[in-house]
Amino acid sequence: MLDALSPAEWTAVHLSLKVSLWATLASLPAGIATAFVLARGRFWGRAVLNGIVHLPLILPPVVTGYILLLLFGRKGPIGAFLEQAFGIVFAFRWTGAALACAVMGFPLLVRAIRLSVEAVDRRLEDAAGTLGAHPAWVFLTVTLPLTLPGILAGMILCFAKAMGEFGATITFVSNIPGETQTLPSAIYTFTQVPGGDTGALRLTLVSVVLSMAALLASEAMARRIGRRLDLS
Amino acid sequence: MNLSVDIRHDLGRFQLDARFETEGRLTALFGRSGSGKTTLVNVIAGLIRPDHGRIALGDETLVDIARGIFVPAHRRRLGYVFQEGRIFPHLTVRQNLLYGQWFTPRAARYQQFDQVIELLGIAPLLDRRPHALSGGEKQRVAIGRALLASPRLLLMDEPLASLDEARKGEILPYIERLRDVIGIPIVYVSHSIAEVTRLANTMVVLSDGRVAAVGAANEVMGRLDLFPLTGRAEAGAIIEARVESHDETTGLTTLRCAAGALRVPRVDTAVGASLRVRIRARDVMVAVKAPEGLSALNVLPGTVQEIDTHGGPIVDLRLDCGGQSLLVRLTRYSVANLGLAPGRPVFAVIKSIAFDRRSLGGAVTAQDVGDGDTTAA
Repeated sequence: MLDALSPAEWTAVHLSLKVSLWATLASLPAGIATAFVLARGRFWGRAVLNGIVHLPLILPPVVTGYILLLLFGRKGPIGAFLEQAFGIVFAFRWTGAALACAVMGFPLLVRAIRLSVEAVDRRLEDAAGTLGAHPAWVFLTVTLPLTLPGILAGMILCFAKAMGEFGATITFVSNIPGETQTLPSAIYTFTQVPGGDTGALRLTLVSVVLSMAALLASEAMARRIGRRLDLS
Repeated sequence: MNLSVDIRHDLGRFQLDARFETEGRLTALFGRSGSGKTTLVNVIAGLIRPDHGRIALGDETLVDIARGIFVPAHRRRLGYVFQEGRIFPHLTVRQNLLYGQWFTPRAARYQQFDQVIELLGIAPLLDRRPHALSGGEKQRVAIGRALLASPRLLLMDEPLASLDEARKGEILPYIERLRDVIGIPIVYVSHSIAEVTRLANTMVVLSDGRVAAVGAANEVMGRLDLFPLTGRAEAGAIIEARVESHDETTGLTTLRCAAGALRVPRVDTAVGASLRVRIRARDVMVAVKAPEGLSALNVLPGTVQEIDTHGGPIVDLRLDCGGQSLLVRLTRYSVANLGLAPGRPVFAVIKSIAFDRRSLGGAVTAQDVGDGDTTAA
């Protein structure tokens, strides 16, 4: 099995998994917060926030990648600040790939969680309040557990999106083997060289298997949680 | 514990303007759907902040808008049993029950888990998930969950409304036990005159957001002028009685009340226990002479006290039978024919069959009222 892929191909698979995992985990707290603000908040500019969150979904990925390059590049205002203050560099690093994937996956993450938050019966929260639970405890013991199916669904969507992300990543952090060459970039590279067809096909198969596995896992998880909650 | 409410709140359709005070063990908030009952209970619970007014429980002020006091719901320590139960779907029954206890300071806990479980008969349900519970079971769990938070007052918003008649009969005795065994003060919202009759000590009648009457349940129910609100068809007198004897051969139970002896179909209640009996006005006949050759077993002597002629062909009367108020509904024709007027001595005639089991309640030792017998009151 291990011989099926070359070391360079394994590196791409491994890097893709690492980038996607980090993209999903790092954006989760912000995703949950944004989903709650959009679902429950009543403030001026909510529509604007909603628009900004969804922007990567409708913009060409190249545009998103270029905006990231402008903002988070070494000379970009945010990138320069982060490098000076914390020594964090995104440009042409795997962290940059993770950032690009996180931004692209964020709308999907927020959307799934938001729907789940909106489905939470607020009367249950009232009931928890009358039982003596402080609002913070109500959030932790009632709202969050009831939102869990949406959070998991959002995480899997975000992860899957990150696994397949190509345009924004290659624009922002290029296609450096071992550093920013994720699975789609590697497939793209194979298709650009003579005789790369078999390599491209192998990685395509890997890609299909990984996507399918994520999908099945999410289905199984959703069913299990759904049974436990039985939101009737 | 004294609960005093004096609040105003804009509901859009009308203004909720409620002022009452109660010391009762079980205070019924009675009124039609949309009369503002649930809003009022939500205001007491702290789920709604009223526009104006104040609420005090004992000597603690819960709300005083003018002074900027509003104790949030989670610090009021009031139990709330909702109409739809609101059991947490992601927790087991046991976790649901313990939820409130967890937030109650140790020193303030006065309810024992095992006792509450036993009282409500929910021991077999503890490890189940809420979706596997029936409606009646859910309501018992909801009651247990509220109780285990050791509240100072229990609010119940139509806890039986979503249940069928058989399940209502299953829950009612448990509520009586809360009232009589645990002795927790209860505010009970209902639009069912049968439930109120059976449970309430004190009654607050709400109509379009306003308090139409407050007082002892039997007095309020006996007021002829409130019939349009308390429901004309179901109007009746509440009588406190004591079980005097059971007759095995006839299958009848004799009850003793201020008005005299009442013979009713057998009640499974120990001799000496007290019962609450509701006699509907339309089930009572009036005779001006002691009747003879009559199938009805209960003939009580009394005098006419009040006649309410509200215009139609039907007339409501209040009789005084040995100090006990009895309500009677007759045709205007009969009243004129018999020459009934206040002060006139008469005999009230009540068929034993008129006492269906749901109109009998209030016994602490009652095992289960309404087991299968679910005659609508």
